[in-house]
Amino acid sequence: MAVETKPVTAKEPLVEMRDVGKRYGNIRALSGISLRVRAGEITCVLGDNGAGKSTLIKIISGLHQHDEGELLVDGEDVRFTSPRDALNRGIATVYQDLAVVALMPIWRNFFLGSEVRQPISRARLLNTGFMKTTSRSELLKMGIDLPDMDQPIGTLSGGQRQCVAIARAIYLGARVLILDEPTAALGVKQSGVVLKYVAAARDAGLGVILITHNPHHAYMVGDHFVLLSRGEGKLDCKRAEITLDELTRQMAGGDELSALAHELER
Amino acid sequence: MGQTVDAGVATAPAPAPPRVTQRSLGRRLMMRPEIGSLVGVILIYIFFFVVASPFRSTASLATILYASSTIGMMAVPVALLMIGGEFDLSAGVAVTTSALVAALFSYNLNLNIWIGVLVALVVAVGIGFINGYLVVRTRIPSFLVTLGTFLMLQGLNLAVTKGVTGAVASQDVSQMTGFSSAATIFASSVPIGPVSVRITVFWWILFIAISTVLLLKTRVGNWVFSVGGDANSARAVGVPVNKTKIGLFMVVGLMAWFVGMHILFSFNTVQSGQGVGNEFLYIIAAVIGGCLLTGGFGSTIGSAMGALIFGMTTEGIIYAGWNPDWFKFFLGIMLLLATVLNAYVRQLASRR
Ligand SMILES: Nc1ncnc2c1ncn2[C@@H]1O[C@H](COP(=O)(O)OP(=O)(O)OP(=O)(O)O)[C@@H](O)[C@H]1O
Ligand SMILES: [Mg+2]
Repeated sequence: MAVETKPVTAKEPLVEMRDVGKRYGNIRALSGISLRVRAGEITCVLGDNGAGKSTLIKIISGLHQHDEGELLVDGEDVRFTSPRDALNRGIATVYQDLAVVALMPIWRNFFLGSEVRQPISRARLLNTGFMKTTSRSELLKMGIDLPDMDQPIGTLSGGQRQCVAIARAIYLGARVLILDEPTAALGVKQSGVVLKYVAAARDAGLGVILITHNPHHAYMVGDHFVLLSRGEGKLDCKRAEITLDELTRQMAGGDELSALAHELER
Repeated sequence: MGQTVDAGVATAPAPAPPRVTQRSLGRRLMMRPEIGSLVGVILIYIFFFVVASPFRSTASLATILYASSTIGMMAVPVALLMIGGEFDLSAGVAVTTSALVAALFSYNLNLNIWIGVLVALVVAVGIGFINGYLVVRTRIPSFLVTLGTFLMLQGLNLAVTKGVTGAVASQDVSQMTGFSSAATIFASSVPIGPVSVRITVFWWILFIAISTVLLLKTRVGNWVFSVGGDANSARAVGVPVNKTKIGLFMVVGLMAWFVGMHILFSFNTVQSGQGVGNEFLYIIAAVIGGCLLTGGFGSTIGSAMGALIFGMTTEGIIYAGWNPDWFKFFLGIMLLLATVLNAYVRQLASRR
């Protein structure tokens, strides 16, 4: 693998997109998107509904493929044909719409697709004991205390489910963590918990892509901001180059917002 | 990450008191898919035990178990497939197809019957593969795809048999070389004390055991639950969804072969029109046993309970001296009760 032969400097991005474009039939979902994700940094992708945020991360995570431009992982041009390919390169994704299998127990969800098995001498059966204790202790680290790992994950709250998905990605050794609106359905307190864990992932040296509608959440943890508008990159800057107010203004459509504020004034 | 995570541990509440775990134990039992059907089995057994005195003998028990096993063996892979989120309406006629292939092939080419048995194995698993491949490729619901193969196989069974033998059944294979060894494996009886028990009962128990270990204790089992529960989420975390589904259809084919061989070697000849309608009995056994029609939940032990209910009701009605026409009526009630119970379980499971 490229990682082992080439010394990865701190500056070199884990994942990079260059002028990437994507169409769904006639719909041009993305065009000319460039983005870099480095180890120990959080890149926030912001934008309105339908701006193409989910499409962007689905390309990186192997669910969709790009039609134009390049996708580089560790400097190597790649084209993923399945989520398995991306996972094998250490890219784990917590999806907005596909996080967990509701009817399955928590521990089975935690290890789904990466099940831990016993040695050959025990017929490679599942190591259920290990998986139950590990999933429980990993969740405990996030402050989620669930006595029964056998309960269907559908019985958890939305925030707890997000946390399970994040904890799973980190535990399973992701180098790049992609989160699609992890705080969208959450209350203030649970959003805080999730953001804290996102920051923890960054401190652990992961490269993080955080998708959100919320400029406050983005500014709290982000190192880089990429703003999408109707499938095109509208803004791409470092934290030092922008203030929260400016980010919020840009997200809301800049001058359009002042006009709206004026209209709504009472 | 160490620091933040440690902070998390420090602020996390202490492990739950045992009280919570104990309460969840009862609920966990409630959540087992086969609980409802187990209660059904016990009630129906008591019912016929009281009303039909011939039902009480051990010989009748052997008969009931045999009747249950003929449906129950196929209900095992059909339940697995249903947990995986798919149906196979061709399962009933595929049994007949494999029996016919073995009989017609070896008889008319005058070969050792075992060669026919092996050819039938390839054909049956092949049918399963085609079903699965069409379902994952076309993304047409398996209900429709297998309805198509059901009709095709039904037509083939009749047409090919008539074309080869000039009659509606295959020729008698009982004088062919290899018959007795095959009959021992697929259709013999095992004496246990005073009663003799058909070998399919033991095969059935073995299949239930293997499939239960497969479902609950292997990686593939985890995948089966996930592809039926939410195929897109499963794919997103790297589960080979298409391979799992195709594999499940092939297991249905494999069991159709086994049951087909049982039929061939216990009757020596195969009626080309038989098997139609049995696919529903398999599905009913799986559903009574707690499999959700929508996939992602169920067990093969449950399907065995469903098959037992089938066996006890068919035989019980005869032992009680009633008109067998009532059988379908009873089965309908069972199915309705099971569906209501399953809907309740699902509600419990998805409750926040
Ligand atoms: N599978 C698909 N087939 C066709 N069009 C699609 C598909 N997925 C997304 N689109 C379209 O592509 C555009 C971008 O969608 P996308 O889901 O990436 O937006 P988003 O920024 O994630 O929005 P949201 O904030 O609502 O999640 C939209 O116009 C959407 O309708
Ligand atoms: Mg989205």
